[in-house]
Amino acid sequence: MKTIELHQVCKTFNQYQPNEFHAIRDIDLRIEPRQATVLKGPSGSGKTTLLAMIGCLSRPTSGRITLGGETLSGLPERFMTEVRRRTFGFIFQQFNLIRGLTVSENVMLPAYPLGLPRERLGRKTAELLARFDLAPKAQLKVEFLSGGEAQRTAICRALINDPEILIADEPTANLDTRLSAEFMQLAHGLVAEGRTILMTSHDPEVFDSPMIDRVVAIRDGRLEP
Amino acid sequence: MSSALRKQRYLLDYTLSSLARRPGKNLGLLLVYTLIVFMLASVMLFTHALRSEAVAILQESPEIIVQRLVAGRHDLIPAHYLRKMGHIRGVLERKGRLWGYFFDPAVKANYTLMVPDEAQPAADEIEIGATIAATRGVGLGDIISLRSADNRPFSFRVSGILDADSQLVSADLILLSEATFRDFFAIPEGLYTDLVLRVRNPRELRTIAEKLILLLPDTRPILRDEVLRTYDAIFSWRQGIVFVLMAGAVLAFVIFAWDKASGLSGEERKEIGVLKALGWETADVIRMKFWEGAVVSLLAFLLGYLLAYAHVFYTSAALFEPVLKGWAVLYPEFAPIPYIDLLQIATLFIFTVFPYTVATIIPIWRAAITDPDLVMR
Repeated sequence: MKTIELHQVCKTFNQYQPNEFHAIRDIDLRIEPRQATVLKGPSGSGKTTLLAMIGCLSRPTSGRITLGGETLSGLPERFMTEVRRRTFGFIFQQFNLIRGLTVSENVMLPAYPLGLPRERLGRKTAELLARFDLAPKAQLKVEFLSGGEAQRTAICRALINDPEILIADEPTANLDTRLSAEFMQLAHGLVAEGRTILMTSHDPEVFDSPMIDRVVAIRDGRLEP
Repeated sequence: MSSALRKQRYLLDYTLSSLARRPGKNLGLLLVYTLIVFMLASVMLFTHALRSEAVAILQESPEIIVQRLVAGRHDLIPAHYLRKMGHIRGVLERKGRLWGYFFDPAVKANYTLMVPDEAQPAADEIEIGATIAATRGVGLGDIISLRSADNRPFSFRVSGILDADSQLVSADLILLSEATFRDFFAIPEGLYTDLVLRVRNPRELRTIAEKLILLLPDTRPILRDEVLRTYDAIFSWRQGIVFVLMAGAVLAFVIFAWDKASGLSGEERKEIGVLKALGWETADVIRMKFWEGAVVSLLAFLLGYLLAYAHVFYTSAALFEPVLKGWAVLYPEFAPIPYIDLLQIATLFIFTVFPYTVATIIPIWRAAITDPDLVMR
């Protein structure tokens, strides 16, 4: 199990241009494995940007991010993709399911580049869908899912490659109280399996939950003491 | 099956489902693309067929035609020139020809009147091309009346309808006897429209032509190869005209294709970002989109080419007939012989499929090399 470490990480958008914007400034952070960590902060505080850099979805402008001691931020694009695919599973705020595809097709998407045998991939998908009570919806197009079903589909998709670390951006933002609580239970179960969960939220239901191991506050691109 | 192959199959599956997810856009693109390939391929196939037909027909034509020029214009040529030509070594056969044009105000069409070498019709009879028969509504034994150059009415009984196999040359043809021809056009004995020669050794054609000019300086020898080249140039010119007429449509297609293929919508950009975030490599995304472009363009190319093939070889290019065959009133019922020219297909492929594929790939590549986080935002 790998620890994530950030050393003096900065992210600047539109660098050297009139609309230059410093989204993240000099962040040092250590995220322990097998824990649920929440980055909390108001909108525009830089939570999503930080999460994207940790998940290899973007690179820091300066500073260093390491995973189990290996530096990620300087890796060539191909290796970054490899790390992203093997290590991280993503649950996006809007779920980002591909419309027009079925639930099972969406779940299988991250596994396509691995070229797994069709039967094996189908079996793996069916097991995940069954685990998250989505088996009856497997052949349904995702645009016909409820909010909770869409989120569970996104979770299945995040887990298809069996990643160590799950990254969730505002996972409860589009859910009601009951579904938010359901998500927290699911997250708790995933941590119990030995996974690391890193999520952003400005929802007290999330960061005040007893299922969260650590809360990191961020404001204006800096960590709050 | 190896994982690399399975991966390609997954990408292709995803591509097909991706195409099916945007049926309106992709069907529209396919339709316009097919239409463009159809038009270009039709012109290319038909022009090529006309050239081939012209070559086949001219194989039977004389090797050298000799015309007399007066003040730079074609004039009747005296029969005694034939005797002088006989002195040129290598000339195998020589004879005079009588032919001319006649405008028929009844159907506002030009006919070609000609005296055949053999089996000339009787004095008051003619043999006519199938198109003339159809246009004038006459058959065997019917009478056709024409007015001569000096306004005298001539009545001819139709004694034969020319073979439909030679439609390209016989559609507007009227064959009549020498005496009737001379009478109709008021051409005295001892003069011909032109003279034709056959030579013993085809490699000596140019030498004989040079000798002809020296011997008969007021004449112009026309070699069969030159006629072929002229036909070729005419058909190329007509093909060019059609291409120019079609340039607007082609340009509209290019703009349409560029817009549809390269102008990624926000949804498509986001999809690329999501796929990258889920672990697809830049190459995977490009490959998937390449397949998408390839499926559309190859399908359009195949459909367009097959439709053009059917259009040209089964309907005789009904849509382009007036421009490509010539601005005559009597269009011959010309049935081109089906053929497939790989070089032509390759040319068409390069000018249609290749640019489209490049237009598709470049913006995809640009989106795919950007950080997924930025693309998704």
